Amino acid sequence: MARAGKAPARTTGAAGAAARPSDALSREQRITLYRYMRLTRVLEERLVALYRQTKVVGGLFRSLGQEADAVGSAFALEQRDVLSPLIRNLGAMLVKGATPLEVLRQYMAKGDSPTRGRELNIHFGDTEKRNFIGQISHLGDMVPVMAGVTLSFRLRGEERVGLVYIGDGATSTGAFHEGINFAAVQKCPLVVIVENNGYAYSTPTHRQTAAKQFVDKAIGYGIVGVQADGNDVLAVYDVTKEAVHRARRGEGVTLVELMTYRRKGHAEHDNQSYQPVSEIERWAEANDPIDRYVRVLRETQGVSDEEFAAIEAEIVALVDSATDEADASPMPEPTDALVGVYADPAIVPPLWFRASVRSAVDANERAQGWGTYDG
Amino acid sequence: MDEEMARDPNVFLLGEDIGAFGGAFKVTDGLMAKYGESRVIDTPISEAGIVGAAAGAAHMGMRPIVELQFIDFISCAYDMLTNYVATARYRAFLPCPMVVRGPSGGYVRGGPFHSQNPEAAFLHTPGLKIVYPSTASDAKGLMKAAVRDEDCVLFFEHKYLYRRVKEVMPEGDHVVPIGKARIAREGTDVSIITYAATVWRALEAAEQLQAEYGISVEVLDLRSLLPLDDEAIEATVRKTNRLLIVHEDTRTGGIAGEITARVSETCFEWLDAPILRVTAADVPLPYSPPLEDYVLPQTSDIVRAVRRLAAY
Repeated sequence: MARAGKAPARTTGAAGAAARPSDALSREQRITLYRYMRLTRVLEERLVALYRQTKVVGGLFRSLGQEADAVGSAFALEQRDVLSPLIRNLGAMLVKGATPLEVLRQYMAKGDSPTRGRELNIHFGDTEKRNFIGQISHLGDMVPVMAGVTLSFRLRGEERVGLVYIGDGATSTGAFHEGINFAAVQKCPLVVIVENNGYAYSTPTHRQTAAKQFVDKAIGYGIVGVQADGNDVLAVYDVTKEAVHRARRGEGVTLVELMTYRRKGHAEHDNQSYQPVSEIERWAEANDPIDRYVRVLRETQGVSDEEFAAIEAEIVALVDSATDEADASPMPEPTDALVGVYADPAIVPPLWFRASVRSAVDANERAQGWGTYDG
Repeated sequence: MDEEMARDPNVFLLGEDIGAFGGAFKVTDGLMAKYGESRVIDTPISEAGIVGAAAGAAHMGMRPIVELQFIDFISCAYDMLTNYVATARYRAFLPCPMVVRGPSGGYVRGGPFHSQNPEAAFLHTPGLKIVYPSTASDAKGLMKAAVRDEDCVLFFEHKYLYRRVKEVMPEGDHVVPIGKARIAREGTDVSIITYAATVWRALEAAEQLQAEYGISVEVLDLRSLLPLDDEAIEATVRKTNRLLIVHEDTRTGGIAGEITARVSETCFEWLDAPILRVTAADVPLPYSPPLEDYVLPQTSDIVRAVRRLAAY
């Protein structure tokens, strides 16, 4: 059920009700939605394989079962709009133009990754062309940042919109509260998506908030709040598109709560001991967003087995070639660590004990067990 | 923590995912089963809220221990710690006997937000105490001392050492006093003052320097950073007359600068060489292995620095 602050409530997936924004999507666009969801899953599955081969250096974060909420919401933006993804929004980044090659290089800590090996996993962005801003690990911080991004649109009279994701857990942070409140007061053109996937690491939602649902918080901020089925990609697109329209019309912030479920652990190492197996299975069997959307595409668009197979082959080929290319990418040059802290000076001088040392490791004879890089 | 919870019913734990899950690093594993949900409290993701609530409980006579899932998130509670907690006793006669602990440090490919050593940010705040053990027995002994201390203690746990340092734990009520350093290795030619993971790098370097160059290195493990053990620092400098300070934190504004100033104030005439520092470079800690290894202090850097000191 939807709840609303100021705007009339709407029930999601209300077939036969008023016209939905998704009604205007072409067959090709509808298939594109599927393609991004499927690409997200195939790419993450490839990352799991690479993780097991220890080619992924740090942790690996999955969005299994949440592909619709990321893809459907990002699809409601225009190219000029700015998106701020979180750790389970690989799909949103792909919609915004991030490539599998970038994601693979980033996870593999390569020197030609988008952050040149400085940052990990999907912590990267592009504000020059594709308009998405990389997150940091401190949850909630991107909400005030996106308040500022969208404030600048308003101040400059640009008809651009911002979209920021926040997890159920991170709504407990001070940064979330301060950011959404400021954006609301300033009537910033911002869409705040609360992805409610039931768990923040091991903490279930009822240990995170005493509120019955996150959408209720919109009332307190004086903004519109809507809720939708996060595993129905068209419903996600609809609520987000309406929120984007409101923002672009100058009507300020919308809080969108998307109901979904985290089928994998917080990260790949997490054994999910705290999640009932039956719960995970139930969501996998009855509420997989891709399976659901495949049925929709078959029934309403007549998408054939051959078409699905062709899309699959194309995605696998793309991920295969990106994997080969990322694998062949070089690791960063050690001394690159000193570049880019400031605009001026662009390079921090090496400390005296590293003068003329290219790699800390080259000159090193160390006991075993420190696990250092010596390539 | 287990022993302190058994000893004192006022001791309780607050933190994210510390209950049935046992914490991100399993430090509190089994404690909820043993002491119940009222003494092992899973919290929302609200570092400022948790630290503030711990202060309030401490005012009322409780002994809270707060876990920050990674110490990098202590920045979210910086205001509470520096403005509220650190000043409480001085300005309002409010006791804040609480411990704030968390996994710290790098060498683990954790990237800029899961590798930090933010101790220096709090060193400059009168009213807080800071400990950073390098051994399992010191971790136990300093935790007991921290829980029993009448003021707030920041307790840094180096995550690289969690599963690497193994020793038989001392039996019984093993308390390591806050503010007392430990000589990790005796030596006569050069002193290394350090703490946390770099204690092990310094010991590795000391072995190598003894074996290959015949240089005898003394390693002083600070254990407590606030207050510093001035007596132990002065004693080792007067003994070897050459001082190298090693820390994993970045150089500028790091604790090595403070120690250098103190030594030059009290031991200037005992020094035969300039005081040197081996620290991380002044950059955010990068993720990729060649970059992280370049930025963080390595054993070879310590060897190089000690040889330079020994040449004076």
